[in-house]
Amino acid sequence: MKNMFSKAVLVVAAMGLLAVPVISAAQDAKEAIKVGAVLAVTGPASFLGGPEARTLEMLADEVNAKGGISGHKIDLIIKDSGANPEKAISFTKQLIEEEKVFAILGPSTSGETMKIKKIVEEGKTPLISCAAAEVIVNPVAKYVFKTPQKDSYAVKKIYGEIKNLGLSKIAVVAGNTGFGKAGKGQLLKIAPEFGLEVVAAETYDKKSTDLSALVAKLMAKKDIQAVVNWSIVPAQAIIAKNMRQAGWDVPLFQSHGFGNIKYVEAAGAAAEGIIFPAGRLLIADTLADSDPQKQVLIKYKADYEGKYKETVSTFGGHAYDAFMLLAQAIEAAGADKEKVRDALENIKNYPGTGGVFSFSAEDHNGLGMDAFVMLTVKDGKFVSYQGK
Amino acid sequence: MTSDLFFQFLFAGITYGIMYGIVAIGFNIIYNTTGIINFAQGEFVMLGGMLSISLLTVLPLPLAIAGAVLITMLIGALIEIVFIRWLESPSVLRLIIITIGISILIRELALHIWGESVRSLPYFYGNEITSIELGGVRISPQVLWVLGVCSIVVAALSVFFKVTPLGREMRACSANRKAAILCGINTRNMVTFSFMLSAGIGALAGCVMSPITYTQYDSGTALAIKGFTVAILGGLGNSIGAVAAGLLLGCLEAFSVSVVPLAFQDAISIAILLVILFVKPHGIFGSSEAARLKEF
Repeated sequence: MKNMFSKAVLVVAAMGLLAVPVISAAQDAKEAIKVGAVLAVTGPASFLGGPEARTLEMLADEVNAKGGISGHKIDLIIKDSGANPEKAISFTKQLIEEEKVFAILGPSTSGETMKIKKIVEEGKTPLISCAAAEVIVNPVAKYVFKTPQKDSYAVKKIYGEIKNLGLSKIAVVAGNTGFGKAGKGQLLKIAPEFGLEVVAAETYDKKSTDLSALVAKLMAKKDIQAVVNWSIVPAQAIIAKNMRQAGWDVPLFQSHGFGNIKYVEAAGAAAEGIIFPAGRLLIADTLADSDPQKQVLIKYKADYEGKYKETVSTFGGHAYDAFMLLAQAIEAAGADKEKVRDALENIKNYPGTGGVFSFSAEDHNGLGMDAFVMLTVKDGKFVSYQGK
Repeated sequence: MTSDLFFQFLFAGITYGIMYGIVAIGFNIIYNTTGIINFAQGEFVMLGGMLSISLLTVLPLPLAIAGAVLITMLIGALIEIVFIRWLESPSVLRLIIITIGISILIRELALHIWGESVRSLPYFYGNEITSIELGGVRISPQVLWVLGVCSIVVAALSVFFKVTPLGREMRACSANRKAAILCGINTRNMVTFSFMLSAGIGALAGCVMSPITYTQYDSGTALAIKGFTVAILGGLGNSIGAVAAGLLLGCLEAFSVSVVPLAFQDAISIAILLVILFVKPHGIFGSSEAARLKEF
């Protein structure tokens, strides 16, 4: 009996010996890196935050399945701000002070990003925003980066096209969101550079459900030759419908916020012929194989659509870029906040979904005007715009 | 202003107004039998739109709409039975808070079921760019659908409340609940029925409006605010008044655009509303004597 007992002890001890290497291997794996994300998963900007959150979850799973970034697993903490700046502020503070995150991705909207800019600067935590307004990185803040293309480039791209069409008098309409206001400012500021005259400028409520009165007002000004709409809300489909229903067929230009096929579906036949600037994600299939972005675009599109059974949008792409840039920087500099910030600033010629990123101390967006291509809607699909 | 432009604004105003009016009617039905305001009314509109869009994948359009209306009516009945029926003479304030709670609950459930994306039914006639020319003015045929459905609902409701026994019982219940009970009317069933009726009308409105306004999980809230405003403006409980007040507010909004920037649209309509309420606190078409007899 005693013998048996000692045998059992031996067996247990042997098992313990076997277990030791396993335990030490687990200790060998490096500490997980906490990455926070403040995204508008619900609420009025949910069409931005939804795809962004799903993209980040997909990427974090993918990276962790491969064993993490140079051995560091990613611990992703997504906070849903509902596009509410107050919530974004408190979540940011919570992420920095309580969770002690390594970096923050998002927020989805420009308004929220501007509110938390100072907090991340004080918290010395790198922020890679998924919001578009140029003011986020101009003037440059040390820890604040952003992945979507600048709105001033979008404006210039649109105005260039309007000039190509030989038009000179335009109407500007925008939603009353941070993105709409910033875009409207740029549109009014840059118009004279292109010799364009803004005949009418209007702002509508982001929750508008019908804009036929506005269309009637604009239509009454007979000299308007084109309409530029700047919003990220369903209203961009509504304005297209109301214009075409009223029988008004001047060209309609939209911002890069139109890059979601759902708006095309929502506007249906009224979306045909809408012209807007966007990253190459939406026409990934038709790109030449030599295009530096083609590989990453096709991969993201296939991964996302395969996993979530919904069409990919440029907004999710902004989160994709934010995550991949951060991963790139961590790989280069290791798990050190300051070094990663420096590494972010030194990333050059990195192909993402929004364009080819080249950051510098002066440029925390890293994209040039060539990140945009002009697209139009044909037969319910995005195709590249070939001029008149 | 040219006459064409005038009519273009007028039709825009009618489009807004009818939508507000039909939501306000939903408020009125429940108010008439129970004396409470159901703040989940906007959610019935959203549910109608969302359910019909989902049903459209398996059913043809008329059946999908009928199905959506029926399901929403059942949900309305369920809400009343679960949350309201068992309360012993609850205060108005308590009922308001309950209905606000229900509206948040429905909104969150809708977010989980349908996600955050914007959906819509197809246009009943033609497509997004079809328009009908009426004397130099172009309007979408869907606006005529909304107008037609709303007129039928208002007419049918007044006949229902005046002629049918059930309608009369519901009115009796609203006029004096105790007397109604003494006459052998099951007032609790009347309340359930009023929830079903207003849920059904809200859902129907949600279906016909969906192609114009789109449907999103939170689209009920904004509609409920405007609809509530209109219900008060028209005199609480007065269905014809609600439609008239809706048209008035809609036209105010549309015509205000012609003189001031669009951004002031809501400010102007609400400011005018405030003035009217200061001068005539029981609404334009409400009687002050009737209002004095009500709790709320």
